[in-house]
Amino acid sequence: MKIWNPDVERSSREKIEQLQLERLQATLNRAYRSVAFYRETFDRMGIIPENIDSLAKLPQLPFTDRKTLMENYPYGMFAVPLREVVRLHCTCGPGGEPVVIGYTRNDINHWTQISARILHAAKVGKDDVVQICLDYGLFGEGLGFHYGAELIGASVIPGSDTDPRRQLLIMRDYRTTVLLSKPSFALKLIAAIKENKVSLANLQLRGTVFTGEPFSETIRRRIEGELKIKVINSYGPPEIPGPKIATECEKKCGLHIFEDQFIPEIIDPQTGKILPPGEKGELVVTTIAKEAFPLIRYRTGDLTVLDFSPCECGRVLVRMHPVIGRTDNMIIVNGVSFFPAQIGNILAKIEGAEPHFRLIIDREGTQDIVDIMVEVSEDIFFDEMKKLHQLKKQIEECIYQTLGIQVRVKLVEKRSLSGAESGKIVIDKRPK
Amino acid sequence: MLRIRNLRSFYGNLQALKGVSLHIEEGEIVSLIGANGAGKSTLLNSISGLISSKKGRILLDGKDITNFPPQRIVKEGISLVPEGRQLFAPLSVMDNLLLGAYQRFGRKKTDQIEADIERVFQIFPILKERRKQIAGTLSGGEQQMLAIARALMSKPKFLLLDEPSMGLAPKVAREIFRIILRLREEGVTIFLVEQNARIALQLANRGYVIETGKIVFEGTSEELLGNREIVRAYLGKGYKKVWE
Repeated sequence: MKIWNPDVERSSREKIEQLQLERLQATLNRAYRSVAFYRETFDRMGIIPENIDSLAKLPQLPFTDRKTLMENYPYGMFAVPLREVVRLHCTCGPGGEPVVIGYTRNDINHWTQISARILHAAKVGKDDVVQICLDYGLFGEGLGFHYGAELIGASVIPGSDTDPRRQLLIMRDYRTTVLLSKPSFALKLIAAIKENKVSLANLQLRGTVFTGEPFSETIRRRIEGELKIKVINSYGPPEIPGPKIATECEKKCGLHIFEDQFIPEIIDPQTGKILPPGEKGELVVTTIAKEAFPLIRYRTGDLTVLDFSPCECGRVLVRMHPVIGRTDNMIIVNGVSFFPAQIGNILAKIEGAEPHFRLIIDREGTQDIVDIMVEVSEDIFFDEMKKLHQLKKQIEECIYQTLGIQVRVKLVEKRSLSGAESGKIVIDKRPK
Repeated sequence: MLRIRNLRSFYGNLQALKGVSLHIEEGEIVSLIGANGAGKSTLLNSISGLISSKKGRILLDGKDITNFPPQRIVKEGISLVPEGRQLFAPLSVMDNLLLGAYQRFGRKKTDQIEADIERVFQIFPILKERRKQIAGTLSGGEQQMLAIARALMSKPKFLLLDEPSMGLAPKVAREIFRIILRLREEGVTIFLVEQNARIALQLANRGYVIETGKIVFEGTSEELLGNREIVRAYLGKGYKKVWE
């Protein structure tokens, strides 16, 4: 059994709950003292932080959602002055609005420990060559795992999530044993292996840790089978200073949430009411060890189920089912997440007013394909083909620049998106 | 070992602790740092039963000792070294030590108590030399040693230390801190309240920061020393680096 922080991961429910209560109270005291949003909200609702005297009273506190984070852009939700922040990362809201997340020195130390826990659960050790094919930029996933891998003492290759062919050659030549990537990148890698006729015998790869997007068991089995490796899943919403909040263990029966740092709840997304363990609902997370960017009851928008029964791996930490779906209409395509509203905003900018449009998502081989049907006014259709072609190119280019996804645009006449599926903006044909 | 949940303590209508939760594991040194009036001594006095007006729960090895009177708490193995030492100044060193074993007096126990006095003299040889001296005439450092020695006479498994370095010269304070480390090696669990936060955190495994009766930070000593807000507020200028 590979457990990085046995004191925490293998402790007892009683000890974890004591620690959670202590940390929750300290977090509430600091958030109330230092974050205007929490102070004003608590005051308005008549909540006195010190009255939260048990974990059972957590549901009395208000939710925090993505909208709140966007309204407080850039630094409104920070609980420490900027001079204590040593790192800034960002994520995007439904309309592309950025959310800035700050980290103090201790926050970075915590995330290093957490990524070490995940890698340790995936049996990564000193002798491993770890290739990190994740974004090393603003979103912070690459760096998140990088620190943990270094702490464990592995040899770390800071790769990238673009250009699978080049990453494959690095993987072969540097004798990479563990890959960290999104599942969609692993699929691209498999394609690159076939395309370049690289023999699996020339690769030393034995495991991968996935992050960033949900994937099905079919995909897992396929990747495990084609690359002859073991796949470990991890999870963390981008707004929660992490890098991740949960990891699978070798038993692969759910993801253990790091409860010493995060308190999970499951709610009914419609009513906001707490659901009992075992029921499917929206995951709500309270951070209890974050200094710079504490979040109280943050609504992740991810649907899952919690399981408090003990795991065979020896960890007492609660398990969550891999994300089952979303409460909102966020779409993940080839590892990139976006909202249909973002497409609408881009089209509105180009055309002056937001037209009707429809996204049709399908999978061809390993790739997700996005077709966008956009209604355009009749007079354009009477115009020359060249103009139409230009407009199509412009939209495709603009979406790629803004969201980082490649789409195929098809311009259609007005009112052609009515009919049986008129209400649907998104049609997802991908096999589940 | 010790678990405190939502402790609220009152002086009349004044609430000095506003829902404090903390825990101390066996064999740990845990320190509590905070400004004057933040509630540090109140917390220790509440644990040791000196403050009875309180709500919440104090559990020692799972047993609820919240409303125990001080003498029962001493019997349960928790002993307080109070702020300002609070010795019996007109009495001799020996009498002070014997009073520390007060709740153990009884038939056939004299031998044990004598053995414990010998043990305490091993830790504090200077007290053996001064055993007949009047406590009030000892130096500050010796008085502090006597206060700790007296607390040890009840054979505690858990020692609460309130500002042990207060008013002492750096060299003497260092000696006291060495003794605290030695006590931990002998298996005594220690909850340390100290103005000198830097030293407290260097000695301790973990720490809590208290502000106006509320815990605002908790973590390993390393984490607390790595928090710039704490460093600025409690370890800034004016705090002597007597441990270096």
